Amino acid sequence: MAADALIINGEDNVATAIRDIRAEEEVRVAVGTSEKVVMVKEPIPYGHKFAVRDIDKGEHIIKYGEVMGRATRAIGSGYHAHIQNIESLRGRGDWTAKDK
Amino acid sequence: MEFLGYKRSNGQVGTRNLIGVFSTVVCANEVAEAVAKSVQGAVAFTHQQGCCQTPIDINLVSETLIGLGQNPNLDGVLLVSLGCESTDVKVIEKGISESGKPVESIIIHDVGGAAKTIAQGTLVAQQMVQKASQLKRVPCDISDIVLGLKCGSSDTTSGLAPNPALGIASDKIVAAGGTSVVGEVTEFIGAEHLLAKHAKDEAVGRQVLELVARMEARAKSVGADIRGGQPTGGNIKGGLTTIEEKSLGAIAKAGNASIQAVYEYGKKPLVKGLVVMDSPGREPEILTGLASAGCNVIAFTTGRGAPQGFPFVPVVKITGNRLTWERLRDHMDLNVSGIMEGKSTLAEEGETIFKKIVEVASGELTKAEISGYCKAMDIYTIGPII
Repeated sequence: MAADALIINGEDNVATAIRDIRAEEEVRVAVGTSEKVVMVKEPIPYGHKFAVRDIDKGEHIIKYGEVMGRATRAIGSGYHAHIQNIESLRGRGDWTAKDK
Repeated sequence: MEFLGYKRSNGQVGTRNLIGVFSTVVCANEVAEAVAKSVQGAVAFTHQQGCCQTPIDINLVSETLIGLGQNPNLDGVLLVSLGCESTDVKVIEKGISESGKPVESIIIHDVGGAAKTIAQGTLVAQQMVQKASQLKRVPCDISDIVLGLKCGSSDTTSGLAPNPALGIASDKIVAAGGTSVVGEVTEFIGAEHLLAKHAKDEAVGRQVLELVARMEARAKSVGADIRGGQPTGGNIKGGLTTIEEKSLGAIAKAGNASIQAVYEYGKKPLVKGLVVMDSPGREPEILTGLASAGCNVIAFTTGRGAPQGFPFVPVVKITGNRLTWERLRDHMDLNVSGIMEGKSTLAEEGETIFKKIVEVASGELTKAEISGYCKAMDIYTIGPII
């Protein structure tokens, strides 16, 4: 296996880069024992995530097959998925009840 | 399966045979450090607490110091008190002595200042070390291992490689009849439903969820988004985006064993197997909590490279980030990054971690012990400093 990125659970909509990835690079993403190809649109540092399909604003971000937050704006497939476009749903002392 | 340990008179087993020199209040830290520095085989445990705190926290400081003193890695304890603090040195002395080991106290105000107290304390510690050195390692069963689990300075590699591999090693310790203690309740947030499924029954599962709800309510009470504090700035640089993501990776280190019980911070487990202990995620407080709970070895996974050990409990550092392994060789004990690159399997690295834990329990030194990078510790607080 010489994948460039890993998807941990088949339900996940993000993958984790296991090397620095350049913009406009076609990368191999391991999903268990199978593999898929994703066109990465912007640089992804080692350990960071990118969307493996188009994600809508407000949609849950899934990793490990679990909800790890939600998109604060649309994230196109191959784009960097991180704090600029994902927020946490927990520990939000800044939210009042009505914000939810 | 066996390891070589130190059998204490109360039946507990240590992986080290040291004398602890504890300050009972922040104001006695300098003397405790000076005594430990001048005696081979003595180590200081100092902290920032012990006075001007609410009774709940003063009690937590006392109970934590008692737990630390009872840790089987210590053969004897010297307590250093200033003389006017909120903690009661006599109560702590009595609590530790219930373990059967020698405990002595020196009070700086009574002895007449730091210089005289350091001299007197040094002589006491020397005698304790001499007595301790008579004890020899003997074969002990793996079931005498009380393993603390911790991850720190995490990045996205943590949840992919070292944490699940440590989970396999922890399961092996538990299967052999040992104990494994998992804390860092902040880093259950968003993954607690998965952890609760591992509880041995509904009541224990409910306790896990209650601990998390309490921790999250406390974090939210300041009225801010916890991001930046959890996950930390370093976690975010390492690719972790939310506390949920960090937690989903963090809980993997608890493995698949069933959770037998849930304890408050620093409390010694009364059962064997996997247990949960309340604690925050920050190193000085959780490492202290694990040591107070009686852990005789700690396995600590890291992504970006958390350096610290603990004064008298060996802390095995395991990274899955090959860049961290290359850069921080003087802090890292094991590299499991092969999992990420398809060069090794989780099962293989889990076995490697298990064997390392057994070797370290038998006396092999960790990088944190060799470098002495283990002094900046503290005790968890619930209320304010007043």
